[in-house]
Amino acid sequence: MNALTVLAPPADQFGAPTPEELFNLPPIIPGVEWFTKPVLLALLSAVFVIGICWAAFANPKVVPRGVQNVVEYGYMFVRDQVARPFLGKDADRWMGLLVTLFFMVLVWNLMGVVPILQFPVASHIAFPAVLALSIYVLKVYLGMKHQGAWGYFKNMMFPPGLPKPIYLLLSPIEFLSNLIIAPFTHAVRLFANMFAGHMLLAFFSMVGFWFLFEKLSPLGAPIGVVGVVMTIILTGFEMFIQFLQAFLFAMLAAMYIGGSLHAEH
Amino acid sequence: MTSMAARLLAAPEEHSSNPLIPHTYELVVGIFAFAVVFFVVGRMLIPRIQKTLAERTDAIEGGIKRAEEAQAEAQALQKRYTEQLEEARRDAARLREEAREQAAQIKAELREEAQAEARRLVEAAHAQIEADRQAAFAQLRTEIGRLSTDLAGRIVGESLEDEARQSRIVDRFLDELESPNAQAVR
Repeated sequence: MNALTVLAPPADQFGAPTPEELFNLPPIIPGVEWFTKPVLLALLSAVFVIGICWAAFANPKVVPRGVQNVVEYGYMFVRDQVARPFLGKDADRWMGLLVTLFFMVLVWNLMGVVPILQFPVASHIAFPAVLALSIYVLKVYLGMKHQGAWGYFKNMMFPPGLPKPIYLLLSPIEFLSNLIIAPFTHAVRLFANMFAGHMLLAFFSMVGFWFLFEKLSPLGAPIGVVGVVMTIILTGFEMFIQFLQAFLFAMLAAMYIGGSLHAEH
Repeated sequence: MTSMAARLLAAPEEHSSNPLIPHTYELVVGIFAFAVVFFVVGRMLIPRIQKTLAERTDAIEGGIKRAEEAQAEAQALQKRYTEQLEEARRDAARLREEAREQAAQIKAELREEAQAEARRLVEAAHAQIEADRQAAFAQLRTEIGRLSTDLAGRIVGESLEDEARQSRIVDRFLDELESPNAQAVR
């Protein structure tokens, strides 16, 4: 919030926050260019995920207790909602990757609503991009391994049982959507949701802050109240979106892996 | 190591204002964080919980199976007990019936024996009486003979010394005595 108020326009007017102010954050330690807030939070999230999973699963009990219960619930969610629907009997083999993805993205996202930290790591496209890229490489590798290099492309671009002329149209579309658009949307969907969500929250919290604290006036106060109320409501909504996007990210990963293991058509 | 690489990569990087262009150092940090988490969580911890979950499933299924076995055993035991009880009842009924039959038989035998005994006693008594009567009669006969000869000798004064004659007389006397009044004597 300090940064926001410092960066607010000097005039007496309210200025909506720009992406530049919100996302282009200066290094935490001056001179160490790479060590910015998202980097710190990304690493903190990794430590947190490892910590909580270690606490839960390092010595798992047959009768779960305490933190194991909670994290096991997350594991069950990933297994039953993400892995099994798309991977079937292969689900257990890929649970390690999918749980990592889900927990990682979820914690990265939730950083957006943790007080003081308040920055969704995934709103910097680099973080979703590396995950999506890893999945993409894995997808192509698995596809070629399990369906053969030629078979993979054949199954992808020439699904059997269609009239010949359709392939003229279908094959380029399938190629584009599977190999070029899919990884891009995989990353951008998460990034854009977090980016927009953070903008919304920042906008309404700045409205509240500006009209209730910086320039309190009889006419402005109601607007400030609206800003605060909307911030609260949207924080709840954001938490839902953050969870949903983490779920969707892991689900798409499972879908891509499943599609590569077995030809879809 | 990774941080040095990130720094090297980050050095020429400008803070770009386009949010769709990733910062190189963030790519490095992202892949590093993901790799570490994947190694620790995905490779080390998830297999452990999977093992535990499999154990739990085994335990639950084993428990259910054990419970089913115990139930089956209990039912078998109950069936056996019921059968045994039924058999015991049948045995008891049979024994009772046998006992009753035996009792009746014993009673009949006892009665038979008692009757036989009674008959034997009666017969023995009859024989005894008959023998006594015969003996008494025989004795009486000789006694009467002697007395009557004595009497007759005294009256007649004639000695009836001659045995043969004497007994012939007695016999004749007795025959005479018996013939009209046989019933009375007997």
